[in-house]
Amino acid sequence: MKERVILNSKELEFTLQRLCYELIENHGDFSNTAILGLQPRGIFVAQRIHTYLTKITGNKKIEIGKIDITFHRDDFRRRESVLIPTPTEIDFILEGKKVILIDDVLYTGRTIRAGLDAMLAFGRPSLVELLVLIDRRFTRHLPIQANYVGKEVDTIESERVLVQWKETDKKDQILLYSQK
Amino acid sequence: MNKLSVNHLLGIKDLIKDDIELIFNTADNFKEIINRPIKKVPSLRDITICNLFFENSTRTKLSFELAEKRLSADIINFSSSSSSVSKGETLIDTVNNILSMKVDMLVMRHPNAGAAAFLSKNVNATIINAGDGAHEHPTQALLDAYSIKEKLGTLKDKNILIVGDILHSRVALSNIFCLQKLGANVKVCGPSTLLPKYISSLQVETETDLNKALQWCDVAMMLRIQLERQQIKYFPSLREYSMLYGLTLQKVKKLNKEILIMHPGPINRGVEITSDVADSKHSIILNQVENGVAIRMAVLYLLAGKTKPTATL
Repeated sequence: MKERVILNSKELEFTLQRLCYELIENHGDFSNTAILGLQPRGIFVAQRIHTYLTKITGNKKIEIGKIDITFHRDDFRRRESVLIPTPTEIDFILEGKKVILIDDVLYTGRTIRAGLDAMLAFGRPSLVELLVLIDRRFTRHLPIQANYVGKEVDTIESERVLVQWKETDKKDQILLYSQK
Repeated sequence: MNKLSVNHLLGIKDLIKDDIELIFNTADNFKEIINRPIKKVPSLRDITICNLFFENSTRTKLSFELAEKRLSADIINFSSSSSSVSKGETLIDTVNNILSMKVDMLVMRHPNAGAAAFLSKNVNATIINAGDGAHEHPTQALLDAYSIKEKLGTLKDKNILIVGDILHSRVALSNIFCLQKLGANVKVCGPSTLLPKYISSLQVETETDLNKALQWCDVAMMLRIQLERQQIKYFPSLREYSMLYGLTLQKVKKLNKEILIMHPGPINRGVEITSDVADSKHSIILNQVENGVAIRMAVLYLLAGKTKPTATL
């Protein structure tokens, strides 16, 4: 297994900050916009983005939630093991709000499809946008594209992209694993 | 672990501790879902479930129905009183007829012990036992243990007392298995005629003095006297039973400690428990009912996840 660093700790920080400024261009002080991290790994991106946004805009009340998509997946009964859910924590209503859906890697698009479905249980947002750290181009199974992209990478199916965080993996970095 | 070790839920006896913990963890998520404005997820949308009730039920049947609906399953209900069973059809024939209408899972309550296990060996569907005679009632035990864990944090080394008609109670037997697997100490209390002779082989202590037993326990689970299953008289009168084994506020106050009071329902107010206790702050009877839906959703989800879609082309 060959390992290559796509973004190191410093580059990842710059990318996250750049994404925050792009978000501010469209959402101002975030008074009517909420951030939703997709469980399990999108929540780390959402948390970082939230911290930077709070610092830059000075708005300490930017709403952030975690959303689990397990029960909305399209591969239930089609995999070897049953997927075990992670908690959903949304303490606000999405009705009429703008929502930024956040995940770490955009690959087939199926997770995002399930995320959009899961989100509707909390109201009808006025607008939904998608932010991802890594966009694996030309791998989509569904017509889904991100509005904000950290970095685009061209990969093949056997390769794997892993986003690591200080909180869980001791180091901030994004790695690409390939067979040889 | 992210898979149950069993393909059917026939009894708690067949489960391992990891299975019970997996069901509890999954139920936590369903509990959050059933408290949302939209209480429904689409997981079981391609599954059809038949609720087969050969015996009366209010809570269990409604709770299973709600759990199935909130998982988006299609459901059909069957009750023996209005069916061809009264015309002499056998259980396997009845069930095979239902299954040929493309039903994937069966939730069954039956007056005979072992009926669910018998069916699981003879038909091709996932079976969930919703009570078989005086044998087991696994989802009730799971929701009871889940409710205790929610209030006390853990079951390890907790003292749980089951009071009443242990002899005829499937809830008692399932609870004994479940609570012991989770590390709790279980004691049963009741008139000696209603305590099964071989209960000590399950490492369960017995006590005939309710006041003494209450001093020992952290949780008291009160059971109904199942008059419909009693062919002979086990005690002189209901009045005498309720004086000796009925839980009153006076008995609870005398303890000088907080205990949780549970009841699987239906309650006979004034017999095994007085109204002031059943409606007091110690009682978690209605929490049990709420948790029942989440636990049943978890069981249905985890068992359905072990099946594969049938190709109909």
